Amino acid sequence: MNSVDVTMALVVGGLFTAGFHLMLQRSLMRIVFGFILLGHGTNLLLLVVGGSPGRPPVVQGEGTAPTADPLPQAMALTAIVITFGLTVFLVALAYRSWRLSGHDEVRDDLEDRRIGTARERAGNDPGPEHGAVDGTTDGADR
Amino acid sequence: MLFLLAAHAGVAAAIPWWQRRLGRAVWIVAALVPLATVAWAGTWTAEVLDGGDHRESLSWAPALGLTIDLRLDALSLLMLWIVAGVGALVLLYCRYYVERDAGRQAALLLAFAGTMAGLVLADNLFVLYVFWELTTVASFLLIQQRGEREEERRAARQALLVTTAGGLVMLLGFIMLGQAAGTYRVSEILADPPRGGTVSAAVVLVLIGAFAKSGQMPLHGWLPAAMVAPTPVSAYLHAAAMVKAGVYLVARLAPALAEVPPWRPMVLAVGLTTMVLAAWRALRATDLKLLLAYGTISELGMLTALLGAGTRTAALAGTVMLLAHAAFKAALFLTVGILDHRTGTRDIRELSGAGRRMPVLCAVAVLAAASMAGLPPLLGFVGKEAALEAFWKGTDIGGNELLGVALVIGSVLTVAYAARFVTGAFGGRPNAAVDGAERPEPGFVAPVAVLSAAGLVLGVGHAATAAVTTAYADVYPPGPHGPYELSLWHGFTPVLGLSALTLLLGALVHAVGPGRWAVPRLPDVQRAFDRATAGLDRLATVVTRHTQVGSLPVYLTVLLVTLVAVPGVALAAAAPSPGSPPLWWSPVEPFLAVVILGAAAAVVATRYRLTGVLLAGAAGYGVAAVFVVRGAPDLALTQFLVETMTLAMVVFVLRRMPPRFSPGRVRRRARLVRAAAAGAVGVLVTCFALVASAARTAPAISTEYARQAAETGAKNVVNAIIVDFRALDTVGEIAVLLVTAVGVMSLVRVRGAEERIPGGGAPGTFPTAHWDEPARTWLPGAGERPGGERSVLLEVATRLLFPSILLLSLFLLFSGHYRPGGGFSGGLVAGLAFVLRYLVGGRADLGAAVRVPAGAVAGSGLMLAAGVGLAPLAFGGVPLESALVTVRPPLLGTVEIATNLFFDVGVYLLVVGVVLKLLSGVGVSLEHDGTPADGEREGSHR
Repeated sequence: MNSVDVTMALVVGGLFTAGFHLMLQRSLMRIVFGFILLGHGTNLLLLVVGGSPGRPPVVQGEGTAPTADPLPQAMALTAIVITFGLTVFLVALAYRSWRLSGHDEVRDDLEDRRIGTARERAGNDPGPEHGAVDGTTDGADR
Repeated sequence: MLFLLAAHAGVAAAIPWWQRRLGRAVWIVAALVPLATVAWAGTWTAEVLDGGDHRESLSWAPALGLTIDLRLDALSLLMLWIVAGVGALVLLYCRYYVERDAGRQAALLLAFAGTMAGLVLADNLFVLYVFWELTTVASFLLIQQRGEREEERRAARQALLVTTAGGLVMLLGFIMLGQAAGTYRVSEILADPPRGGTVSAAVVLVLIGAFAKSGQMPLHGWLPAAMVAPTPVSAYLHAAAMVKAGVYLVARLAPALAEVPPWRPMVLAVGLTTMVLAAWRALRATDLKLLLAYGTISELGMLTALLGAGTRTAALAGTVMLLAHAAFKAALFLTVGILDHRTGTRDIRELSGAGRRMPVLCAVAVLAAASMAGLPPLLGFVGKEAALEAFWKGTDIGGNELLGVALVIGSVLTVAYAARFVTGAFGGRPNAAVDGAERPEPGFVAPVAVLSAAGLVLGVGHAATAAVTTAYADVYPPGPHGPYELSLWHGFTPVLGLSALTLLLGALVHAVGPGRWAVPRLPDVQRAFDRATAGLDRLATVVTRHTQVGSLPVYLTVLLVTLVAVPGVALAAAAPSPGSPPLWWSPVEPFLAVVILGAAAAVVATRYRLTGVLLAGAAGYGVAAVFVVRGAPDLALTQFLVETMTLAMVVFVLRRMPPRFSPGRVRRRARLVRAAAAGAVGVLVTCFALVASAARTAPAISTEYARQAAETGAKNVVNAIIVDFRALDTVGEIAVLLVTAVGVMSLVRVRGAEERIPGGGAPGTFPTAHWDEPARTWLPGAGERPGGERSVLLEVATRLLFPSILLLSLFLLFSGHYRPGGGFSGGLVAGLAFVLRYLVGGRADLGAAVRVPAGAVAGSGLMLAAGVGLAPLAFGGVPLESALVTVRPPLLGTVEIATNLFFDVGVYLLVVGVVLKLLSGVGVSLEHDGTPADGEREGSHR
């Protein structure tokens, strides 16, 4: 039983591609847009992969056509609302970054780079001699 | 046993407080605990030596097989006496030795005594492991002291690294051993030893751990370095007790595993090599503690070889030597401690004449050293005789001549360094350093004397010693010459000759020894350890530099590439059939697909923020349409509303930000890599979507839901799932919403609290303008904006529509149980009504519409939902259970109300509250909040 169709699979793939491409940018607002598109893609994926489409899952007297699977719908509904909350949070984050630093870009973390170079410098230092006298040494704490 | 261990821990925890009141007397209190342990163990002597044992067990998590099993048998009894007996004496000795930080030291020493007791009593491999590592921790803390001196920190770190690394290897071995045996109880493994290849590997791993703990070469480097610790610590941990843990483990497992292939060669080769080489090193040492440390390593090597050999005579010799070594080595260490304490030095070259200045101490030390050298009638002699018997005649171990020769050489060197110790410490004429030294008090020397005398008493009374040690050795069958008996006199045997030969040669080595000819130096493992740690540091730097580049896009690219490479390749390798998916479910879908994908592509391409958010919204509406087509009206409704709400909120924020994205300069290659990574993930997700639904094997569990939904009185199954079947998810979800709203509030308020928005009031509330003041103004806030910016028509229409929209939202809420709708969509519709009021009429108009703080609305929603969820508990139900109540109000006829409707009302209130809170955050707060930080100007003109 295949609940997904080729069109929907392509739409989901396209949304993921666009979303991730935007998330790989440095502008926080673009990252937010990427997040929104990823949210759309994921909700759609949940729905189309989770169960077969059909009549709305509302119990009614008439109708014998198969109903759509309600469980993925409930999950996607939850996901939609959570995505909304997270999106607004990220927008606020981008706004704060813009207010405080004058831009909303994610810069490289200089501290991370410094870790490598600082340790390298320390490593190149000719440290104190490690004299070994019968097993006990008085070397410096590196 | 459990009580004893608890007593150690409890008293150790209380000691720092007692120490402030009792002063030095606290050491006597501390010593009482190990003394009680000795006495308690004594009460079980008769039973244990008859081959019985005493067990206790505490179930901790029996379902996981985690029980604290303790067992007292002959070997444990012997070890317990050593651990607790030496411990009590060392604690008494500390009363005179320790001058500062006594509370900490006493507590740690006692805690160590407790963990060591636990280690020797443990009958479960995991319990043993835990105590094993606890002793390492105690050792670390005792070596490091307060960490004030560089070399203390260094030695402590080295000891910790080497022994815990060994411990981890050992744990791996334990697990393999336990899996092979099918049990982790030591007594059961001993009763039914496992065999096989896994066990051989386990043996290697366990022995590595034991060797690291007992300072066997080449893992011995930490033990001499640890001599920076105070002398009582060296005497107790690094001579008598902790380093014996490895030997104990060897002795414990040898009866079961000695026949497993690599055990015997490993134990004998490593043990005897260590014995000879470390004794050699001891001859070079000029620091008395270092001399004793190498002596300890040497003796531990002999013990490892003897106890691991797996024959009765060797085991007997091993246990005797275990006892002898604990007594004489602790005594010698404590002697050095007294010398050091009174003269201020422990260097052979500086000490001279201490024997004349402190004759009692000298006599005591000579007695202990004689036991170490193996002079009759001391215990060391009894042990050495048995050892020579075991290896020289070595009835059932192959290659015994070599073993015997190694043992003899080791013994010769032992005699030599024992002589070197005595002459070095006490010989010569008194010099200035020694002459002014104060004589030690009787109480200071007494513990040393007790330990030294123990060697004599146990040697002369070898019958009693034999009773204790033979009980363990008897697990092995006696050799072809019958069971070996401990004795001071076996007649004129070759072993007696060898014993005399070792003494003679040892004296000779000492006589012509160091001073006359330089003892050749051996390669130093300390340097290897230093190089290894420095290399590890460098490796860490290199790895950090190459992996932590600090760029978010690079990290994300790595994640995506991993996603494609690992699950993607797995997916491709499994090559599942996608079935035969139709091209589309409904002919509308391709058109919607074009809209969605077109909008998404346009978002990627646009340079304007506002355009971006509008296009993202367009994609969202397209997705909502797909939901309609595929029979998910609830989803579609929510998606439409959420999309609108997102749009409004993002626009509120964007109005304060520049219209265009800051122009970025991205290299072409980087752009290509990003596009490729994103595209690959897209392809992966497409393929996943195609095969995932075809991979379903079981029918959907939701087929039952339609029937169950009818039972709850619901017709809309999705709503029934949200408010009933999976209501706990919903509670979590709305809580998350509330948290994000609070987060948004705190994020957008960049300024401090002193810079309030004019007229803003308390956070979370709206301006206090009321629509009925002044009384004649029907449209409040009319004075806020110039007339050109306002549309009276729109404002009036909004005011008129507002109640209708709220009514619609209530309808959605109450009909959600039967038709598409529910708390979420109802709340969102109501929220949009407020957004409209704010957009058209400004904040004052919003203030007129909402008189309650947003936080109160949201909070009451969460409270209501949680309360409804918990209410069934009061009626004896399960949480989140719902019931159907039928009421017959006049005029309306029969109305059925499910209690979970109130849950949905809670969701509704929460969503409304969150929207209001967000409005006050990104709407009202930002109105007067337009200029970015000072850095903005240069930032935007970069």
